[in-house]
Amino acid sequence: MSYTAIADQPEGESHDPDTFITKYIYSQDHKVIAIQYTITAIVVGLVALVLSGLMRLQLGFPDTFSFIDPTNYYQFITMHGMIMVIYLLTALLLGGFGNYLIPLMVGARDMVFPFLNMLSFWFYFVSVLVLMASFFVTGGPTGAGWTLYPPQAILEGTPGSGWGIILMLISLTIFIIAFTMGGLNYVTTVLQARARGMSLMRMPLTIWGIFVATILGLLAFPALLVSAIMMLLDKIVGTSFFMPAVVSMGEQLNYSGGSPILFQHLFWFFGHPEVYIVALPAFGMVSDVLAVHARKNIFGYRMMVWAIVAIGGLSFIVWAHHMYVSGMNPYFGFFFATTTLIIAVPTALKVYNWVLTLYRGNIHLRPPMLFAIGFIFTFTHGGLTGLFLGNVVVDLPLSDTYFVVAHFHMVMGVSPIMVLFAAIYHWFPLVSGKHLNDKLSRLHFWITFLGTYAIYLPMHYLGFLGVPRRYYAMGDTDFIPASAQTLNANITVAALIVGLAQLIFIYNVIRSLSKGEKSEPNPWQATSLEWQTPDFPPKHGNWGKTLPVVYRWAYDFSVPGAKYDFIPQNVAQEDVEPEDLEREGLDQDGGDGEISSEGVESMGDKT
Amino acid sequence: MSFFKTLGEKPWLAQTGEIPLINNAEQTILKGKTALKFFLAVVGVIFFLFTVTFLSRTQFPDFMALSGEPWQPFTNPVQLWYNSVALLIGGIALQWAKVSAKENHLNRALAGIIVGIFFSLSFLIGQLLVWNQLYDLGYVLTSNPANSYFYLFTAVHGLHILGGLVALSKVTFQFIRKNSLTKLSAGISLCATYWHFLFVVWLLLFALLTSSPETYKTIAQLCGF
Repeated sequence: MSYTAIADQPEGESHDPDTFITKYIYSQDHKVIAIQYTITAIVVGLVALVLSGLMRLQLGFPDTFSFIDPTNYYQFITMHGMIMVIYLLTALLLGGFGNYLIPLMVGARDMVFPFLNMLSFWFYFVSVLVLMASFFVTGGPTGAGWTLYPPQAILEGTPGSGWGIILMLISLTIFIIAFTMGGLNYVTTVLQARARGMSLMRMPLTIWGIFVATILGLLAFPALLVSAIMMLLDKIVGTSFFMPAVVSMGEQLNYSGGSPILFQHLFWFFGHPEVYIVALPAFGMVSDVLAVHARKNIFGYRMMVWAIVAIGGLSFIVWAHHMYVSGMNPYFGFFFATTTLIIAVPTALKVYNWVLTLYRGNIHLRPPMLFAIGFIFTFTHGGLTGLFLGNVVVDLPLSDTYFVVAHFHMVMGVSPIMVLFAAIYHWFPLVSGKHLNDKLSRLHFWITFLGTYAIYLPMHYLGFLGVPRRYYAMGDTDFIPASAQTLNANITVAALIVGLAQLIFIYNVIRSLSKGEKSEPNPWQATSLEWQTPDFPPKHGNWGKTLPVVYRWAYDFSVPGAKYDFIPQNVAQEDVEPEDLEREGLDQDGGDGEISSEGVESMGDKT
Repeated sequence: MSFFKTLGEKPWLAQTGEIPLINNAEQTILKGKTALKFFLAVVGVIFFLFTVTFLSRTQFPDFMALSGEPWQPFTNPVQLWYNSVALLIGGIALQWAKVSAKENHLNRALAGIIVGIFFSLSFLIGQLLVWNQLYDLGYVLTSNPANSYFYLFTAVHGLHILGGLVALSKVTFQFIRKNSLTKLSAGISLCATYWHFLFVVWLLLFALLTSSPETYKTIAQLCGF
């Protein structure tokens, strides 16, 4: 059987890198672009991490730090939120992992439009530069809160209402263009460049998650684009799309008749799918990490795919649950509360399936697995508080309190970050050919995992007390006891420890790149295609001379009758080595035996 | 519904029979088509959302529609009709170029492209003329939300046409450099689809922007604004 795959057709340019610049800077190789995305996202994410540390210093120890005034504080929270949600999580999950994993996991040589892919990264890079530039303009970055609600976002009195907000909106516009270019690539590659035999339902869940999240992004980011353009016009030219008649600083402004609520609808029509743009790739990746390190097929694969698709669809009809207090027809509130609670069904289904994948699995508690299991905890906790907040009557008193802050940080801050670490620890050997240091990884996990609970669990209590979010300082109130401040100080200490602990991770990565133990190919004995490349780590073009042919799904772990506990996707049925019945119980085989005994050891540690 | 059929597959079952070929000869065209479908969806969402905000904005008391009364500029929008015809001809020319390229009539295809580019540019210039006329009549960008929306819609639509022109010239230059008629045919085919899509969008915008206040009210009531 001979066939010519898309990447092998003569007219396709091979864009072979030959100089330093084409290899590392203007590269069209999806793996290099992925690393560029990852590094940029992590660097900008560190900026946001430092900002959150500064915020916590102010909240934990008010009146102590003279360099944090209310203006700075608002700028910190705004930039922290925007960077984390869009420039770190979205970019890292889709631009970083999407780019790296899609072609490798579906068995393609590269993305279908490599040039567009390169352009996508450079647009993203420029959007980050524009955003960072806002730290250095007169008035500083915008302090309007990450939701950028008009009218206050563009009116004097709000920090950074001059150049700050303009640069923010421009940066978002550039980011959306970058995302669209990348996103078109991801969906087209998944749909049209899969290896022979790789049917959609044989794709690893990672690809399903990234694929559906990309479609969500393509359909949801336009809402942000539309609102950014209209707000820019309101700000620069003086139109009244969102701006009502306003008296500002005792002066009647030239705006009239616009509707700020309209902006909120647009923003959340983007904002809620955005949660799932971040969550779905994380769901997918964690499923694969769990299956590989539990040596078991993922429980209910089809149900997992259906849940991803269902969550994707539902995510477009829940947006107004962010706006219960903005005022709307009570029937709308009822509708959006109902859809919000319905979305918990497929989500809960996924959580059950992850737990059932672990059930009676051969669990290897290696660092990626630790983070994956940690994710199940943080996500369940964050998700459950979401059920509270989804109800209108419960949301009204809790709205804009620390309860909400704790909820969304658990569910879409900590949880995706746990998966990102799981994914980095899992795929680092593939990317670099080196192992990360095991002890440092475990240390990083425990500080991060326990530390996030130390931060966010008390925050729920503060929320119940009625401590409002986005306040620079609490001042004297009758209803908040003084002890709330003690809790706040504790949270700050925990946050600083967790923040500093991330340096362990950075040190570990940098050190392992040069001094790390060399990894053998397919160290976790995974079945999916990215580990089956002829070169390890994969080279430009990924597959050497011939593309792989796929004979099975990605979850053939511990198949009865097979010699090894995993069968890669590109192994045909007749090539599967049968179990050696005579030597049963005397497994002397190198790699497999080693990993198994290590697994038994780790399990022994825990029980 | 093949999508639901796909979702119903049981991937854990062993492979039976021949492994179906996913990649085939038409792949190059297919990937372009797939990407274009998604891109059109993105553009569609952008215009849809603008339209939704527009319809809700029409119901605010300060909104003064650009048509309905004899003295308003779009009660009899002659220039806009001219522009629409120009865009229509541009699309038809590209369609003709596409068919010609498929039938290996190179000269016809190139002629089609040139006619297409010419009429698309005329459309853009026509739109600028309308802007100019409005401006002279005192209908500036900020004086009323209806004006703001008119400028915004036409600008966004015009930018999409401009982007299409860039793509079209890229296809043409690639052909001149490499002389591959299949690639030209595939490229023109995508451009033609894009043009038809933008023409339909324009017709909808045209209808929307020149409607009377009563029409807005009816639509808004139907949509529940």
